[in-house]
Amino acid sequence: MSALLEVEDLTASYGAIRALDGVSFTVPERGFRAILGANGAGKTTLLRTITGLHRAGSGRVLLDGEDITRLPADRVITRGLAHVPEGGGVITELTVEENLRLGALWRTSRRDRATEAEVLELFPPLVERLGRSAGTLSGGERQMLAIGRALMARPRILLLDEPSLGLAPLVTKQIFTLLRDLRERTGLTVVLVEQNAAGALAATDSGVVLNQGRVAAEGDSDELLSDDRTRHAYLGF
Amino acid sequence: MDRFVDLTLSGLASGAIYAALALSLVIIYQATRLVNFAQPAMALVAVYTAATVAPLTGSYWIGFIAALTVGTAVGALAERFIVRPIARTSQLNAIIVTLGLLLIAQGGVGMIWGNQQHGFGYAFDYVGRLSPADVFALVSVGTVAVLLFCVYRFTPLGLQMRAAAFRPEAARLSGVKVGLMLTAGWAFSALIAALAGMLAGPPFISPNVFDIVFVYGITAAVVGGLDSPFGAIIGGLLVGLGMSYVSGYAGPELATLTALALVVLVLSVRPDGILSRPTARKV
Amino acid sequence: MSTSATEREQRAPVSGPASTARSPRERWRALPSPLRHLLLAALALVVVTGLLLVTGDLTALRFAAVGYTMLSIAGLQLLVGGSGQVSLGHGAFMMIGAYTMALLVGNLPMLPLSANLVLVVVVATVAGVLVGAATARLHGPYLAGATLILAVGLPGLTHRYHEFLGGSNGLTVRTAGAPPFLQGLLSASEWKALVVWTTVVIGLAVLATVSTGRLGRRMRAIRDDETAAAMSGIPVGATKVVAFVIASAAGGLAGGLQVYVLGTATPSIFTLALSLTLLAALVLGGIGSMWGALWAALAVVYLEIWLSDAVRAFSLSRDVENNLPIVLFGVLLILVLRFQPLGFHGILQRLGARLRSGRH
Repeated sequence: MSALLEVEDLTASYGAIRALDGVSFTVPERGFRAILGANGAGKTTLLRTITGLHRAGSGRVLLDGEDITRLPADRVITRGLAHVPEGGGVITELTVEENLRLGALWRTSRRDRATEAEVLELFPPLVERLGRSAGTLSGGERQMLAIGRALMARPRILLLDEPSLGLAPLVTKQIFTLLRDLRERTGLTVVLVEQNAAGALAATDSGVVLNQGRVAAEGDSDELLSDDRTRHAYLGF
Repeated sequence: MDRFVDLTLSGLASGAIYAALALSLVIIYQATRLVNFAQPAMALVAVYTAATVAPLTGSYWIGFIAALTVGTAVGALAERFIVRPIARTSQLNAIIVTLGLLLIAQGGVGMIWGNQQHGFGYAFDYVGRLSPADVFALVSVGTVAVLLFCVYRFTPLGLQMRAAAFRPEAARLSGVKVGLMLTAGWAFSALIAALAGMLAGPPFISPNVFDIVFVYGITAAVVGGLDSPFGAIIGGLLVGLGMSYVSGYAGPELATLTALALVVLVLSVRPDGILSRPTARKV
Repeated sequence: MSTSATEREQRAPVSGPASTARSPRERWRALPSPLRHLLLAALALVVVTGLLLVTGDLTALRFAAVGYTMLSIAGLQLLVGGSGQVSLGHGAFMMIGAYTMALLVGNLPMLPLSANLVLVVVVATVAGVLVGAATARLHGPYLAGATLILAVGLPGLTHRYHEFLGGSNGLTVRTAGAPPFLQGLLSASEWKALVVWTTVVIGLAVLATVSTGRLGRRMRAIRDDETAAAMSGIPVGATKVVAFVIASAAGGLAGGLQVYVLGTATPSIFTLALSLTLLAALVLGGIGSMWGALWAALAVVYLEIWLSDAVRAFSLSRDVENNLPIVLFGVLLILVLRFQPLGFHGILQRLGARLRSGRH
């Protein structure tokens, strides 16, 4: 299995504050990887830098062997990488349906797009709300819509930033299960940033633990779960 | 009574023009929170293009099309190469750069064509109650407003433009080329400004011909709410009627100051216009 | 914060010989701010007088133009650079001052010039209070829009009240030259230039004192972050209105002086283009500093003259001559915003800093 996403020695800063300090890891094709760590460990910055929303200081990001480090976000997206930001990033001024349609517009060929029906099958609660403004959705529904919007373009890899934020544990679990299913069925590669380490490790194959902008631990999810030292030091459970 | 009907009809016709200008301002304001003080510049370039092309080709309508084309192109280019790199630095700079464009356009037009008034003919007769020219103004602005609504509401381009305006980052994460959408917005805005210029400029054009027209456009946009396209249209018609009555009954020199009073009054009661969506203030 | 710390350090050994060896720069800083600005003003006046004595009549008139233009732009600087409010109607206040002056000289010839100037300031202040209070709740582009309407609309009044304000021909008055005992020593133009500059430096001293004082600090706090300023107890609305009023008064006084020198006030002087040019010049000169107003005024007066000369030298048309300065201001404005946001004064400061660091 070759690596679909490779991050090599990546750094990024906010002014004088270094948020990422030489982060390296890979995500294999069809992989399901968690990125864990405390608040402020650099998880969100990592995702934003990979996607091109934040400028990388040094290092490289390779997607399927191609260097995407300096590409602006909209160009990275059109290479088949989808990014669901913290809180989902649904556009509340648009309707649910418009949000979904928006996700696939950059695919010029209709055949490369998923159909609305396909995506709605994954998220039944959205069906009745198609014509409503996305601002009227609940937190869980917004998260579904955000993931659904990302899936509309049939991405190769999906980056998710804390989809569990503010959601009931049961809903979180549903979302994690759904992501696993998607991987099995469609071969989608998933990178999941989470503060809820226990839940994330239960769902993913492997994990990367960040601490103060560096990789503190890395390994299979089972191993990380059973490694008491890492758990206590960085994951807080 | 007769006079009142006259004033109402002519007020509606000029109101259509103010509505177009207000709409043009709203398009840009919605996308970037910027009031485009360069708007008269685009109308000016457009109308002088028409005044040059029309006599050369002998056809008003070729001039008309040339005006809209050139106006639109100027708007798009100005956004991409002049406004965008500066406007992102601060709100103050954003205002000032559009003023710079206005100075260049007014001075440039004066340099090439002179400061004195030029007669510029018109496709239709503009004399009398609800003249053909008035009808043309109402119909063309109405058509453009409806077309614009359809583009924004029903086309992929419109969807991307709305997404880019409301949530640039989320739009970018959906693969929308946000910068391109801004340019598209300016192009639309300039197109409407050019149309309004063609309607408001004749029969005599000069470098300052749009100053007062623009004032009413701003008034209409402010009254309607700078982020409400429907408000812009209603505001335009209201301002058109109001100014027509004030000019007719009290004297045209007082109309501008009435507009000022109106703006101040409306904003003091509703700081973001009558029809603006009430938004929570960011702290 | 850091300056007060260093001041304390340097003042600590009061009894030692170090206190007598305080550098002139520090002693200068220790003076109260109004006194400092008055001293600077007096110095400026001496410089201007010196320059007037060695130059001719034409230059005197240009100097006077630089003077009142600078006062007007300095007022705008306090408003835009200081409090962050964009006014596109500064020319309107110059117009109010100009017409007040013309009416006073024309209708009440017995009043002395000093009384006229005071009345001009009073009228402009009242106008500033009216407009400032009305627009107090307007922010950012809304204030810019409202003041733009003022700039476009006000000249219309001269047509409306044609008998009183003279319509598009405006008002023409004769103002007195040098007093009898100075006649022969100073030409009328030189005397007027001197009067203008005396008034201007007093005005500038007031503006500088305001800008460096508590009010100025409050304005800058509002400019940087209005919400934060409000939360730290600054009366945001009142401060903004006061800034607007001071700027209006400066603009009005400048307009009054202009009439005193030129002897005429017409609506065609006070167009929207004037207001925009003043703002553009301020940005060119340097929006962050009162010095910017000086470079701005020099630019307004001399660019026009040089360009006129150049245009005539190439025998281009009058249309070009009239409009080239406007275009050039627009182009320069955009270039400055793009590449030198602090304007000409910013460039000077950087050069100065480089020289100083080179010496040490």
